[in-house]
Amino acid sequence: MSQREKVQIMDADGIRRALTRISHEILEKNAGTKDLVLIGIRRRGVPLARRIAEKIKEIEGTSVPMGILDITLYRDDLSQLEYHPLVRKTEVPFSISDQKVVLVDDVLFTGRTVRAAMDALVDLGRPKSIQLAVLIDRGHRELPIRADYIGKNVPTSRREIIDVSLREIDDEDKVIIFEKES
Amino acid sequence: MNFKRKDILGLEDLSPEEITLILDTAEPMKEIMTRDIKKVPTLRGRSVITLFYEPSTRTRTSFELAAKYLGADTGSISVATSSVKKGESLRDTARTVEAMAADTIIIRHSSAGAPHLLARWVSARVINAGDGAHAHPTQALLDMYTIREKKGGFQGLKVAILGDISHSRVARSNIWGLTKMGAQVRVVGPKTLMPPEIEKLGVEVYYNWEEGLQDVDVINVLRIQLERQKKGLFPSIREYTNLYGLDRNKLQVAKPDVLVLHPGPVNRGIEISPEVQDGPHAVINEQVTNGVAVRMALLYLLMSRGEKDEIPA
Repeated sequence: MSQREKVQIMDADGIRRALTRISHEILEKNAGTKDLVLIGIRRRGVPLARRIAEKIKEIEGTSVPMGILDITLYRDDLSQLEYHPLVRKTEVPFSISDQKVVLVDDVLFTGRTVRAAMDALVDLGRPKSIQLAVLIDRGHRELPIRADYIGKNVPTSRREIIDVSLREIDDEDKVIIFEKES
Repeated sequence: MNFKRKDILGLEDLSPEEITLILDTAEPMKEIMTRDIKKVPTLRGRSVITLFYEPSTRTRTSFELAAKYLGADTGSISVATSSVKKGESLRDTARTVEAMAADTIIIRHSSAGAPHLLARWVSARVINAGDGAHAHPTQALLDMYTIREKKGGFQGLKVAILGDISHSRVARSNIWGLTKMGAQVRVVGPKTLMPPEIEKLGVEVYYNWEEGLQDVDVINVLRIQLERQKKGLFPSIREYTNLYGLDRNKLQVAKPDVLVLHPGPVNRGIEISPEVQDGPHAVINEQVTNGVAVRMALLYLLMSRGEKDEIPA
């Protein structure tokens, strides 16, 4: 199956502004950085969480702990796959118990990744609350999950693919919609 | 890289890429072992049976914990307490285990090749936990994980395997795995404990420690199987200890940052002196930890995938 580039919906400035707004919203909702931690979901949630942490430091002058979550071992579709997703390390070198955890990911789609991430998180401790920040919310939820902070709402059809590029991984910042051609 | 094997029977037929994938996968598994809640749900609803025809405490426990940390259920059959003692054949036992819906069977057997037979008979996945003097792939993989973690890689590394080479499945599996990954492997020990034509596996052979341990990066000390002493393969334990037991003096000729491994259980003061065993070069306890992580990686790679393999015709 091939795919065709349809439209670019965010560029580097757009991503930067969205993350700046999300950072302000996180600070406003949590009244500062007390007991706040950021956890990026591998892979592209990780650089996003790091950027939000930097932005918060710029705004508030305080550092927020940042961790990395690999959810492969918590996926609900492993037994349906014919290949092995590479398991990578979870790196949360601090206690999340009684902390306000903000999960960060690039795209919110079916909600299954977030479900897996929440299961993985509660195996690490008992957070006071879990919030969710995403760069793109594209709809089509299959589970009762919603985001607290959204960079951009993008109504999509299921035939479309949202492709997020981040400079730390892909050398540039952009979000593009592809359409599957059958 | 896709891991498509049904069984893990030895390292001879694994590619360097497959070995690297196993070692890479063991890294995140090791992190799970450091958590307060040492359990992930990945293999929930799957079952692992250990079938041991030889005594073992650490290997069996290591496999059982690895399975449990990944959420699988485990059961065990050991020779001393089972119908095996009542004369049941390996094939019938295998069928029985399979009839209990076991997804993976871990087997240790005194006969070389028993796991390979089992793998042909059952559709469950099979992991060789030691067969005769032939192979012990998971021990070699955990040794390799430990070496890679401490030394950063294998290319050009000088590794000495010291002791009773001829009765050692650990030695053979280490040789297969390490040479495949680019290490220079040598075996060091008395002639009576050296199998004929061992050099055909791509190793150098040394009969004295001064040359054999010269400038090596890693020494893997094998357990002396004391029961063999009755067969007169070496004159006395004291003489063996003098000539081949790893002590501070012999360690001098190796590289200053030499790593000392031992598969356990250790005959303290015989093949390795207490000061070396408890000293800064030895990583024997870390090997045990890494063993669980490597076995978790193997169980994940064999069991998490979807399609169930058929018995080959």
